Amino acid sequence: PPAHSHSDWIGPPDKHSNLRPIIFYVPPEESALERRLREARQEAQASNQRFWALHNRAFHQEKEEFIYSRLKAKGLEMRDESGRKVTLNAEEMAEFYKDFLSKNLKKHLQYNRDWYKRNFTITFLMGQVALMRALRWLRRRKKNVEQ
Amino acid sequence: GLFVWRRRSTGIWQIPCQFVHLCHVANNRLITFQYFNFLKRMYVTQYNKDLSQQAKPKSDSIVSPFHELQQLDQEKNVVPNISPVSSVCQSWSETSSRNELREMTSAAETEDSVTPVGAESKEDRQWKEMKLQLDNLPGILARLSKIKLTALVVSTASAGFAMAPVPFELTCFLLASLGTGLASCAANSINQFFEVPFDSNMNRTKNRPLVRGQISPLLAVCFAASCGIPGIALLTMGVNPLTGSLGAFNIFLYTCCYTPLKRMSIANTWVGAVVGAIPPVMGWTAATGSLDAGALLLGGILYSWQFPHFNALSWGLREDYSRGGYCMMSVTHPGLCRRVALRHCLALIGLSTMAPVLDITTWTFPIISLPINLYISYLGFRFYRDADRSSSRKLFFCSLWHLPMLLLVMFTCKKSALEKEDKGDLLGESQERAMEIRLP
Repeated sequence: PPAHSHSDWIGPPDKHSNLRPIIFYVPPEESALERRLREARQEAQASNQRFWALHNRAFHQEKEEFIYSRLKAKGLEMRDESGRKVTLNAEEMAEFYKDFLSKNLKKHLQYNRDWYKRNFTITFLMGQVALMRALRWLRRRKKNVEQ
Repeated sequence: GLFVWRRRSTGIWQIPCQFVHLCHVANNRLITFQYFNFLKRMYVTQYNKDLSQQAKPKSDSIVSPFHELQQLDQEKNVVPNISPVSSVCQSWSETSSRNELREMTSAAETEDSVTPVGAESKEDRQWKEMKLQLDNLPGILARLSKIKLTALVVSTASAGFAMAPVPFELTCFLLASLGTGLASCAANSINQFFEVPFDSNMNRTKNRPLVRGQISPLLAVCFAASCGIPGIALLTMGVNPLTGSLGAFNIFLYTCCYTPLKRMSIANTWVGAVVGAIPPVMGWTAATGSLDAGALLLGGILYSWQFPHFNALSWGLREDYSRGGYCMMSVTHPGLCRRVALRHCLALIGLSTMAPVLDITTWTFPIISLPINLYISYLGFRFYRDADRSSSRKLFFCSLWHLPMLLLVMFTCKKSALEKEDKGDLLGESQERAMEIRLP
C-alpha cells in the first residue's frame, strides 16, 4: 500500500490459510480505543492465519498420505505411465473426508468459540470507535461554527 | 440447460457457482429453491487454478455491472502502486506490532512480486484499499444479502400467499413480500458476518464481500439491522403479528441455530429445512391471519423438498466440507444422507395427496403431480442405490425444476372459494363428495 494512504489495505488470499491479510493503517493521533481495536484485529488475524495455515497443511498432508497408502495397498504407484498423479475415486476419498472431519471436530468447536468471541468483540469495538469518531467530528464542527 | 460440471486439475469437481451459491454450506437460507428458468439465465463460473481467472457470470442480476466497475476502478488505483509496494511494505510492516503479521505480509509480498505481471494485474491478486466505495455499495449489499436467494425465498412466500383460500389483496401481498424480503436480507447478512474465515476457505464462497474486505463487519451488521428491523416491523404492523413473529423466529433460527449448528452437528440440515419451510407458511398467514392446516402442509412440502435438494448437492462438496469443518450428513453419515433424501422424495407424494384432503386443491393435483413426484422419487432411489456423482447430480437438477413445477400445478389446481360453495359439477371430485351431493 502506498505511504500516503490513510486506510487499511487488504491483500490477495494467503496460499496456506486462504485468508486475506490486512495491513492496518496507524493514524498519527491514534486514541487508546482505536489502538485496542487495531490490536484486536491484528491478533484475530494472526490467530486465524495460524489456525487455517496449519489446518490446511495437515489436510493436504494427510490426504496425500491416505492416497499413497491406498494406492500402495492396491499395488499402484503415485504416478501413472504418463506421469500424471493417480487419484482415488470419490467414494474412496469419502472415507478420508469422514475420518478427517471427525478427528478435527473438537479443534473446530474450540476455534468456533474463539472466532465468535473475537468477531463480536471486534465489531463492538468498531461500533465504539465509529461513535467516538462521529462525536469528535460533531464537536469539531461546532467549534468551527463558533469561531 | 447450461449447467456444466467441470473437473478441476486436482480432480475435484466443481458445481456451477450459482447453484453452489444457492447451496447450503456456509450460506443460505437453506439452500432453498432455485427456479429453473431463473437459473437458465445464469452461466457457470469457473475457477481455474492456473490462471486464477474468474469468468464473470453473465446473469441479468444487478451484481455483475457493479463488479466490473469496481474492477476497473481498482485496477486504475492499484496498478501504479504495485511496483513501489515491496519497498513500501517494509516500512508498513515495521509499524505493525506482531512478528507473525510481518512475516505473513512480506511472504505475501514476495509471492506477489514473483508472480508474472499478467497474473498480478488480475483483480484477485492485488492489494486493495479497504475504503468503502459508494458507487459499488449496491452491488456489495446485493451480494451480502444474497439477493438472488432472497428473491427465491420471497417467491415461495408468494406461493404460500397465493395458495391461501382467501380473496387476493394486493397491498397485503406486497407488504408481506417486502417484509419477507427484508427479513431474508438481514438473515443472510448476519450469516455472512459469522462465517468469514470459513467462507474464505471454501471455493464457492470465497468471493463474498466480507471475505474480500469490501465492507466492514460493522457495516454488515448495521445493514442487517436496518433491513431486519423494518422488515419485521412491516410484517407485524402492516400484515399481522403472526407473520411478523414467524419472520423474526426464522431469522433467529437461521442465524443463531442453523449457522453455528453447521459446524457442530448434522442436525443442522433438519433445522435448515425448517428455515426453508417457514416462508410459504408466512405467505399463508399473511393472507389468512391464521396458522391452519394448509399452511402447515405447504411448509411440509417445502421441508421435504429440502432434503433431496440439499443432500444431492452436498454429495459433491464433501472435500470442502471436510476441510472446512462442516458437519454434513454427506461426509459423516453417507448412508443416512441417501436414505433421508429418498424418504423425503416419497414423503412428497404423500403430502401432495394430503392437499385435496385438506381442501386446498382439487383431486387433480395429486394425480397430475404424481408423475413428477414419482420421477424425483425414482432419482432419489437411484441416488440411494448408486451413491455416485452422476446420480447425485441428476437428483439435484431434478429438484430444481420439480419444486417450481409442483407449486405451479398446485396453484392451478387450487380450490377456489366458488368451487367450494358450488356443490354442483366439480371436476375430479372425490367419491364421497359426489355421494354427498346426490344425497338429499
